[in-house]
Amino acid sequence: MKKPVILSLAFCAGFSIMCFELLGGRLLAPYFGSSVYVWGSIITVFMLALSIGYLSGGRYSMQKPNLFKYGGIFILSALSLMPTIFFSESIMGWVFDRIEDPRYGSLTASLFLFFLPTAIMGMIAPYSVRLLTQSKDSVGQTAGYLYFISTLGSAIGTIITSFYLVLWLEINQIFWLIFAMMFIAGLLANVAAMREKNEITN
Amino acid sequence: MKLPTNQLICLILILANFFSYLGAKELHRERSLYRNVIVTEKNKIRCMRFETRRKKISNQACINLKKPNKLVFEYTQSILAGLAYNPLPKNILIIGLGGGVLPQAFEKILPSAIITSVEIDPAVVSIAKKYFNYKENDRVKTSTQDGRVFVKRALRKKLSYDWIILDAFNGDYIPEHLLTVEFLQEVKNLLSDGGILSANTFSSSELYNYESVTYQAVFNQLHILHSPTKGNRIIFACNCKNFKIPSESTKKLAYQLESYGVELDYLVARISTEIDWDESVKPLTDQHSPANLLSR
Repeated sequence: MKKPVILSLAFCAGFSIMCFELLGGRLLAPYFGSSVYVWGSIITVFMLALSIGYLSGGRYSMQKPNLFKYGGIFILSALSLMPTIFFSESIMGWVFDRIEDPRYGSLTASLFLFFLPTAIMGMIAPYSVRLLTQSKDSVGQTAGYLYFISTLGSAIGTIITSFYLVLWLEINQIFWLIFAMMFIAGLLANVAAMREKNEITN
Repeated sequence: MKLPTNQLICLILILANFFSYLGAKELHRERSLYRNVIVTEKNKIRCMRFETRRKKISNQACINLKKPNKLVFEYTQSILAGLAYNPLPKNILIIGLGGGVLPQAFEKILPSAIITSVEIDPAVVSIAKKYFNYKENDRVKTSTQDGRVFVKRALRKKLSYDWIILDAFNGDYIPEHLLTVEFLQEVKNLLSDGGILSANTFSSSELYNYESVTYQAVFNQLHILHSPTKGNRIIFACNCKNFKIPSESTKKLAYQLESYGVELDYLVARISTEIDWDESVKPLTDQHSPANLLSR
């Protein structure tokens, strides 16, 4: 029970990260254009956020890891999307007024808009590895399999967003979709955690 | 045997045209941040093109080296029809430089106008200068940046323009963030009272409807000039209540434009206000602008 839940949740996290990143370009274009450096800023911030996320996710997994906390990361990441959904216009306008150079403008706006949610989503991968690991011998295989699933989620998130979602939905509607996905994933983790607890106590 | 001379000449001309097309000489090739830009030349026609994988070659700009004043493209000629509405614009903004053909024409036709061109790709600017005689001076200026960013910045600086020309294309079509209600509203706000907008478009299929209602949503009244033989459509709109392009221009202006290959009265007569698109589709917005996907 536990393993498929964790794997499908990690898939959702991978999906959301790339879906979010792709929308980043769309979100910034009205203020900073679609020059090469705008994508440069977005990718820099995402990579930076993920690196910090991996680090803190790994650290967090040292403190009595369980499915409740795991679900908590998902719910927190969903909530951290709120400022981007509600205040992106005013944040970008604020940066636009203060920074003339569109390179540093787009970098600063990316930091405000994308860093926190992406860092929290980045915590999920190492935490998943910790929850899935059963023995020292198989830890490499577990990590490999987990990265396979979550990166596959990223690939599918990228293609679905860029090929279809932007055609069918508005950007904010897609943000709400990511929010719903991460929030429900978090609730599912909690349900699984409660079941596990019941099994142990029974 | 009597030769059908006319047909024979026609055939020869068609063949000559065909082979000349095949044998365009590549003068220059440059890899820019965005694409490969190529300069070709044949029969004294020099062109700039963006390399794409598509079979159909689409040139971004062409000049006639023998008659440097003559505008090679129908769409550039068509844009000049905007002069019938305002023959003396003082401040002109062009988004999308290409070979700099339009700013050069304006510099000559309008001796006191200040012409600002915005171009995202520095390679295009340097090629325009090197191969297309584009020169900067007090009246002809270039800004190398994204058109949308320029417009937003210009609004904050409280600048305004009497004529704004939208002519920005990437290899596919107009970049998506330059084809939304929000962008066009920004452009409208940047126009002086009674200022005019001319946009070069050539969408077909589904995008034609979306593009048209997007312009309509911001400017209400559109005047459309379909190119006589090519697929281009110039959209004219203005920052005014009642938009009318006079059907007759002054003799002087028409005469002046002749040397540029512009038959002003003919073009103006072609301008129509007829709505030939489906008005029930939703305008494109920053939130929803899958322009390039709709054009497939």
